[in-house]
Order: sequence, then C-alpha cells, then structure tokens
Amino acid sequence: MVNSAAAKVKVDPRDAKLSMAHFFVAFSALALGGLMGLLQTLVRSGKWELPWGIDYYQILTVHGVLMGLVLTTFFIMGFQYAAVSRTTGGHSNAARRTGWIGFWVMLIGTLMAATMVLLKEASVLYTFYAPLKAHWIFYLGLTFVVVGSWLDGAAQIMTYARWRKNNPGQPSPLLSFMAVINTVMWIVATLGVAATVLFQLLPWSLGLVDTVDVLVSRTLFWYFGHPLVYFWLLPAYMCWYAIIPKIIGGKIFSDSLARLSFILFLLFSIPVGFHHQLTEPGIDPAWKFFQVILTFMVVIPSLMTAFSLFASFERYGRSKGATGLFGWFKVLPWGDARFIVPFIGMASFIPAGAGGLINASNQMDQVVHNTIWVTGHFHLTLATSVVLTFFGISYWLVPHLTGRKLTKAMNKLGIIQAWVWFIGMTFMSGAMHFQGLLGGPRRSAFSTYGGAKQAAEWIPYQVAQAVGGSILFLGIILVLIIFINLAFFAPKGEQEFPVAEAENPEEKAPMVFENWKLWLGITAALILFAYTIPFIDIIQNAPPGSKGFQTWSKW
Amino acid sequence: MHMHKFEKIWLTFGISCLVIFLAVIGVSAFYLGNKPPSCLTTVNPEKVDQTKPFDKPGLHKVEGKDWDYELVYVASAFSYNPAKVEVPLGAKVKVIATTKDVIHGFEMAGTNINMMLEPGYVSEYTTTFDKAGEYLIVCNEYCGAGHHLMSSMIEVVK
Repeated sequence: MVNSAAAKVKVDPRDAKLSMAHFFVAFSALALGGLMGLLQTLVRSGKWELPWGIDYYQILTVHGVLMGLVLTTFFIMGFQYAAVSRTTGGHSNAARRTGWIGFWVMLIGTLMAATMVLLKEASVLYTFYAPLKAHWIFYLGLTFVVVGSWLDGAAQIMTYARWRKNNPGQPSPLLSFMAVINTVMWIVATLGVAATVLFQLLPWSLGLVDTVDVLVSRTLFWYFGHPLVYFWLLPAYMCWYAIIPKIIGGKIFSDSLARLSFILFLLFSIPVGFHHQLTEPGIDPAWKFFQVILTFMVVIPSLMTAFSLFASFERYGRSKGATGLFGWFKVLPWGDARFIVPFIGMASFIPAGAGGLINASNQMDQVVHNTIWVTGHFHLTLATSVVLTFFGISYWLVPHLTGRKLTKAMNKLGIIQAWVWFIGMTFMSGAMHFQGLLGGPRRSAFSTYGGAKQAAEWIPYQVAQAVGGSILFLGIILVLIIFINLAFFAPKGEQEFPVAEAENPEEKAPMVFENWKLWLGITAALILFAYTIPFIDIIQNAPPGSKGFQTWSKW
Repeated sequence: MHMHKFEKIWLTFGISCLVIFLAVIGVSAFYLGNKPPSCLTTVNPEKVDQTKPFDKPGLHKVEGKDWDYELVYVASAFSYNPAKVEVPLGAKVKVIATTKDVIHGFEMAGTNINMMLEPGYVSEYTTTFDKAGEYLIVCNEYCGAGHHLMSSMIEVVK
C-alpha cells in the first residue's frame, strides 16, 4: 500500500525520461528562437543589419516555427504526458512506446522543416500562406510534426482509457481529464492543417498539380490556427486550476466547474477560424459574424476560470486568518517561484484577453488587422501568460523528473527571471500595441517607406521594441541557466509534483463529462454548422487557382 | 453540480455584457453598414491586366452610383499601381483592389481601410475622405523579400 501510494505521487522514471526528452527539444527551441527574436527587434530598430546574407524573413520564419510550433508542442506534450502519468499511476509499455515513436516522428519532422528554412527554401513564415511555395520537404516535415503529435497524444488517451476501464463509474483524475480534452481538441483542429498540407500544398509543391485554391487553403489553416492558441493556453489553465491551489496550500474551488470550462473550450475553440479572416474577400459577412459570435462564447469559460482561481486564492487567504476585502492577497506565497511566475502570467492575461476581444470584434478588426498590434497581442497571451506558466511548471517538474530539488538560489533566480520577462514584455508588447494603433504593419523589416511622415512616427516604437527584446533575451538566458541547473546540476532529492484536491471531494463530477460521444458529437455539429455552407460557397465560387511563387531571397 | 451564488452573479453579469456587446457590433455591421470588407467578386489572377476595371488602375470619376469615384489598385510583388494618387477632399470613393501574384495586404495607415488582397479575388471598401493630408498605404501581409518596401501614397487635397 505504502509503495503504491509513493509510486502514485511520483512520475514513473520511464515516463520521466520521455517527458525530459520533450523538454530538451522545447528549451533548445527557446534558445535558438529567442536569439532570432532578439535579432528581429534589432533589425527593425533600424540601427543594425544582419550579417552574412542572412535574411530578415528567414529568421522571422525560424522564430515563428520554433516558438509557435516547436517549443509549444514539445513542452505541452511533455507536460501532459507527465501529468497523465502522475495522476493515473503511470503509462503502460504500449503507451510509452507510442509516445516515444511520436516524439521521434515530431523531431524528424522538425529537423526536415528546419533544414529547408536554413537553406532559404522555405522563407514562408510559420503560417506558410499559399501561393508562396516552399520546398516540399518543408511541408512533409510539418506533416511529420503533426502526425508525431497525434501519436504523442494517443499515448495519453490510451492511458486515460485504461484508467477508465480499471475504475468504472469513477470520474477520471482532473489533470488527466484536462490533458485528454486538450489532446482531443488538438487532434480535431489539426485535421484542418493536415488536409491543406496533404491534399493541396504537398501535391502542388511536388509539381503533381499546377495550381492551388488559396482561400480554401487559408480557411483550412485558420480552422486549425485558432484552436492552436487554445492548445497553448489550456496546459497553462491546467496548472492554474489544478496545480497552483496545491502550491499555495489551498484547494480547487470546484472540480466539476473546472471540467465544464474545459469542455466549453473544446466546443468553442474550433468553429471560429473566420475571425482571423475578417478582412478578406470571398467569405460572406454573415458567416463571418456568425463565427464571431461563436468566438465570443469562450468568454464564458474564461470568466469561470478567473472566478475559480481568485476564489481559491481568497479562500486560502481567509483560512490563514486574512481579513478585509483584499487581505487574502497579501498572504499568498510571493516568495515561491512555482506560484509567482505563473501568477505574473495569469495577471498578464487580463490585458491580453481584452486585446483579443478587440481583434475578434468583426469590423473593429479593421483598425488592427495585420498591424504589429496583433504581434503585441500574442506576445502577451502566448509569450507571457502561457510561457511564464510553462517556466513556472518546469521549475518543479524538471527536478521532479530528474530526481533533483529546486534550490533556494534557483527559486530566487526564477522569480528574478519572471520580473525581467515582465519588464521586457511591457516595453516590447506595449510598444507593439501603440505602433499597431498608428498603423505600423507586422512581419516587416525596417523601412522608412520612401520617407513617409507616418512611417517616421513608428520608428521610436521600434527602438522601444528592441530595448524590450534585449531585456527579454536576458530573460531567456536566465531561464536556460535554471533549466540546465535543474536538469543536470541541482542537488539530488525529492521535488513534489503538486496536484491539488477539490474543496468538496465528496461532491463527485457528473459522469456526463466523460461522455466523449456526446462532446465529440456536439463539437462536430458546431463545426459542420459553422463551416459547411461557407465552405461550399468558397469552393463553388472559386476563381482559377494560383500557381506557386518564390518571392523571398535565396542563398 | 453546485455553483456558488457569487459565481452565478458573476456569470450573469458577464454573459449579459457579452450579449450587449455582440448586439452592438451586430447592429453596427448589418444595420449601419459597417461590415468588414467581404467582396465576393472573383477575377482570373493571370489576366488581371486585361480585366476591367484593373486594366486602368487609378482614380476615375463615376456617375450614377452611390459613390463619386472609383480608385483602382493592382498589387504585385512589391508595388502598388498606382504608386501615388490625389483624391479631392470630401469625395466618396470606392477602393477596388486585387493582386496579380501572392497574397498582399492593403492598409491605409491610421484609417479603417484595411483589407487582404488574395489572388483571384477582388477586395472593395467604400469610404469618404474627409481629412486632408498624406496617407500611406502599406502591405501588411508578408509577400517576400521586398515586403517592407511595398507602399503607395494617397494625398487628400482641397
């Protein structure tokens, strides 16, 4: 009994190995992608130029692919794999094997795509919009990354299914449930990008077909592109809902409501891609507005999340004797990196979410669409809220997996890192938001636009972005120091994998939450409802297809 | 499943705000006519130069329509045709644009004129130029090596 209890609170060492393999790739991507980010801000300040014929749009592609696709997917899969192992009692050999195959397939795909980018055969940015035509190996590499992530996700689903079989009538462990929701959402969402890559872009780049339908390809991409951002966000929510309460010494406000909010994210993350296509031709404005309404439905689980988190903070504070309206705020463990690092991320989500409301607001999007405001927006959501939470997770998860301890010194460095990040991002993202409101475009190298007066007003903001970018790069160096220390040098010991309990454990989550036929059915119905008619319209009224173009600079 | 009273109040308040907010943008879009640019006209991307109205880029006075002028742009890597236009102050203008090659952006900096140009599709936006001055048009969708050099200028003159 004692043994099995001990085994349960620790991730099986064989599972730990696979999670760590993911994290090595993720943090390598962070190192290289972060350097590219620094170089971009320096170029765009106008004070510095790239040496050796390296092209701005090439490093922009590297930055986007590494940070948006590689860092995130590898970290999330590594974290969720460990969370499922920790809360279900470990993966089976079959699941572990599936996970390893998935890891290697993703890694091979990443290397294929990276090679083509380095050879300047694929300077198409991480959105690879046709009719920019990259080398076919780039598209094949991306296919491998997606297929690998499916296998990685299948490992989690297999273990979840086994747990359900062994525990009939029981609601699954909360963290496993959340991991499976995110995996399922990811699989449904990536069907879109897989469809455009396999049926459109690969045959076209191989020369099997001459032309591509641009709008179909973009629509399939954005069917995937928006749930992609929720795929990044939900693991952070897993930490906020189910891990942070334990770190502060409190309880989960409500296990059932946490599950309900994750289900709502599954339902409303996918049929909403048109809000990325609001300013484009060829899509009926009524359907755009319909998807805008569906987009805003995620406000409901977001409000539930905000309520739960702060309720659980307040209850903990009051249990410690805090009084007054905000007395509980002071007693939170501000000296614990495992808490404060994700907390800064959480707080950043307030302005980040507000900006997101503007972006998705139908005609209001015209003010900011494709301006650098948007870049500023997702550097608050992904590159602050999500990434700081990931850093906060790694500060206990990496030593847990490597059998080491988070030392006082590393804890302190972690807190410093988060503040450095916050300050750097305030400069960079703040300047991006303001420059965007003045019309400064995103994804552009330094330019005076022929001496235009308006463009001259943008340059001070670009200098501020370079200042912020430099501070952020310092933050990346710090996090790499901590990661390497925790992976290889920290003293041996036991670091807890915190898993919180619900405030009312006797109140069981309704079993309907685990009814996948129901939730997948509603998901499919919503997707069909939101996409069938406009998609038929797009295909029926399609113009002649586009041949490919390679307009970027080559070696 | 139990829901705390405060959470019910919080969600009721939040969802009510959401409904009002969506109603406001819906009415603005469909009743007041502020829909985002969503033109459904198509064009053969390889025959743009031979297709009306793109065979004659530039500003044209029109009669008998809801707008006074049509301002036609053809985008291609990495320029807009025309590169510079003068528009009389107060003119109601329909901007009509398309691309001959890859996807481009069409953004008049500091205004609401912001639309994607996609091969095979015509993008349109009708607006009144009621402030004099120079307006920079930039490409805001990555289109290749010269993306940051792609611009045009509108001068609104009295």
